[in-house]
Amino acid sequence: MHDIVIANGRVIDPAGGRDEVCDVAIDGECIAAVGTPRGKARQTIDAKGKIVCPGLIDLHVHCREPGHEEEETIATASAAAAAGGFATICAMPNTHPPADDERAVQYVIQRAAEAAQARVLPVGCITKARAGEELAEMGAMLEAGAVGFSDDGDGVASTAVMQRALQYAARLGAPLMQHCQDPDLMGGGQMNSGTTAVRLGLGGIAASGEQIMLRRDLKLVEHTGARYHVQHVSTVGSVELIRQAKQAGLAVTAEATPHHLLLTDAACSGYDPNYKVNPPLRSAADVEALRAGVADGTIDCLASDHAPHAKEEKDLEFGLAPFGIASLECALGLYAKALIDSGWMDWPGLIARLTTGPAAVLVRPGTDAGAATPQGLAAGAPADVTLIDPGKRWTVRPAKFLSKGRNCPYDGWRLKGRATATLVGGRTILCNLPASTMI
Amino acid sequence: MAPKASSSSRKTERADKSFLWTRKDLVGIDELSSEEIVHILDTAESFKEVSTRSIKKVPALRGKVVALMFFENSTRTRMSFELAAGRLSADTLGFTAAGSSVAKGETTLDTVRNIEAMGVDIFVVRHSEPGAPHMLARKVRGAVINAGDGPHEHPTQALLDVFTIRQRLGRVDGLTVAIVGDIAHSRVARSSILTLRKLGAEVIVVGPPTLVPSAIAAMGCQVSHDLDAVLREVDVINMLRVQFERFGSQLFPSVREYSRLYGLNADRLARCRKDVLVMHPGPINRGIELTSEVADGPNSCILQQVTNGLATRMAVLYLVSQCVA
Repeated sequence: MHDIVIANGRVIDPAGGRDEVCDVAIDGECIAAVGTPRGKARQTIDAKGKIVCPGLIDLHVHCREPGHEEEETIATASAAAAAGGFATICAMPNTHPPADDERAVQYVIQRAAEAAQARVLPVGCITKARAGEELAEMGAMLEAGAVGFSDDGDGVASTAVMQRALQYAARLGAPLMQHCQDPDLMGGGQMNSGTTAVRLGLGGIAASGEQIMLRRDLKLVEHTGARYHVQHVSTVGSVELIRQAKQAGLAVTAEATPHHLLLTDAACSGYDPNYKVNPPLRSAADVEALRAGVADGTIDCLASDHAPHAKEEKDLEFGLAPFGIASLECALGLYAKALIDSGWMDWPGLIARLTTGPAAVLVRPGTDAGAATPQGLAAGAPADVTLIDPGKRWTVRPAKFLSKGRNCPYDGWRLKGRATATLVGGRTILCNLPASTMI
Repeated sequence: MAPKASSSSRKTERADKSFLWTRKDLVGIDELSSEEIVHILDTAESFKEVSTRSIKKVPALRGKVVALMFFENSTRTRMSFELAAGRLSADTLGFTAAGSSVAKGETTLDTVRNIEAMGVDIFVVRHSEPGAPHMLARKVRGAVINAGDGPHEHPTQALLDVFTIRQRLGRVDGLTVAIVGDIAHSRVARSSILTLRKLGAEVIVVGPPTLVPSAIAAMGCQVSHDLDAVLREVDVINMLRVQFERFGSQLFPSVREYSRLYGLNADRLARCRKDVLVMHPGPINRGIELTSEVADGPNSCILQQVTNGLATRMAVLYLVSQCVA
């Protein structure tokens, strides 16, 4: 007798190349069988008309803990993740204090074990205190459970420091995740450089600032052989640089966010700080290039860059409000809108960008990274499973989010497709997502 | 979006008498139609006469409270609004950010809401952040007048400028106006471009490439980096103040070089049309953007601008006061 059988769903498993209507059986924390399992089940989940896929992974989430628990905690971020279909999230290290040593990484792991409803994998800092000067103890953090390194929020400005970081990380086999933005060109930038910024009198953040750091890093990657991941790609020029780097055989991966796939800088016209994000919303041509890049695999992963802020932080003048959009709970529907509704991709393709794509960034060659890298829906793999109703029409209501973040520009958006259940290690089952978030 | 100069704008230079003003706020020129702009100018025209009386006061805003919320420093704009409110018989409340609750960390919105709780009808807001008056206009019941929001807009300055142009040259439609200086960081430039374009004038913005973003052309103006090349074509030349705080960011090499390339002196003035109108929003850096002989010469209307500011601001205060619940 199996603990759980998810019956009659369209099982899409990019890792195993499977796309067929069948059952998924779960025993304890692991997948027992996929296909037509024999015997009865203690619990049967009817998945008729639903997609059954490996638990979705989001490489880029700001859990804010420790330091800004009023904005979000590991408990609330992971609850929001599970509600949105994500079984695994990576916690960015720009907390207070930043996760730049072994103890800070252990703290995230401990808090996740105590309170998390989804797997929370810590990302450590590349440099101490994210100051961009001295390398953080990446080796010790890796042993403590970090899955990669990033100074997210800022790029590593110094070419020499970035070169050393790449050399050092190459030996460890861990990915360096870069927020590409030349700080010299950031100035007092508040939004994308262009006609809207000029008309609004807001400082611009030029597309070239992203591309200059990316171009520099790719040259360093060429010489160090390190694994390099481009966070939240936002410009057409960056997509092209990544495409060329992949063609040249560099170990480069990249992610794109829902907002960069859906919104343009014109949205900033009303000075609503909910549209203030870093990298900034760009032009329609950038949106189009990002969609094409995700569709053709130049961009391997979709990642939310979920960045919750307290209400009072965003209730300010545009220029004084912090950067960030909270979107974890509606990310899946947003991806579907950007990529499926618009005809760029189908569900199997989209799911690959949310499972095998990010898993490949996290896996370390020659190591057993265990839970960090779901192997898809194979017998013996951790039972991380997401059920998606691809036809479900629903309305985004940030007031009902499990996340503490309400800084969400999609309030009232009608979306098609959402997760109806998320299983994490066979344990947590969220079949009954908060009814309030459903229409 | 670039408002197209249309031939129909000519007839709108004098407004329809039956025009009804419906705006609670004046946050920018961007929001206004050409009819609304002309209505403000015509209303200002009728208030101009008040300043010539021996008792310079009308009871239009008696019993109303105008709060002057200057989160950023200002001398002439503040005094002009204060005097304008006084001539309309309103009570005024002063406020400066230094030494206030803002210095103690209160947000703009909280500060304004607290003052509104005392019973304020109109807020005149100067703020260093673009969009601050727009945010306030959405969240407070009282009327909000933008008295300058960072580099974004300074609508009453642009209005008093076209009022002055109309007074001196008899029209705005069909004129060519050069705006010279730090366009990138100038709220006067943005509001002026919008106002002039909506009233049918051509605008050329002039300055070094580091101070003139090429994207400004999308607002409907021409861009030039050569002052000498445009002198001959212009009817009006508006010289913006050089903002010394910009030197730190090395947006231009030196005052000397700026003055040499973009300063208006007698030699350059001689190459303009004889009746060219020279304007400046003040405060002037004499000898830098304007030499004294130009600033004080017959082509200059700088002090007239200041005088007209009063009537223009009386008009704006009066119009929005009619729409506050």
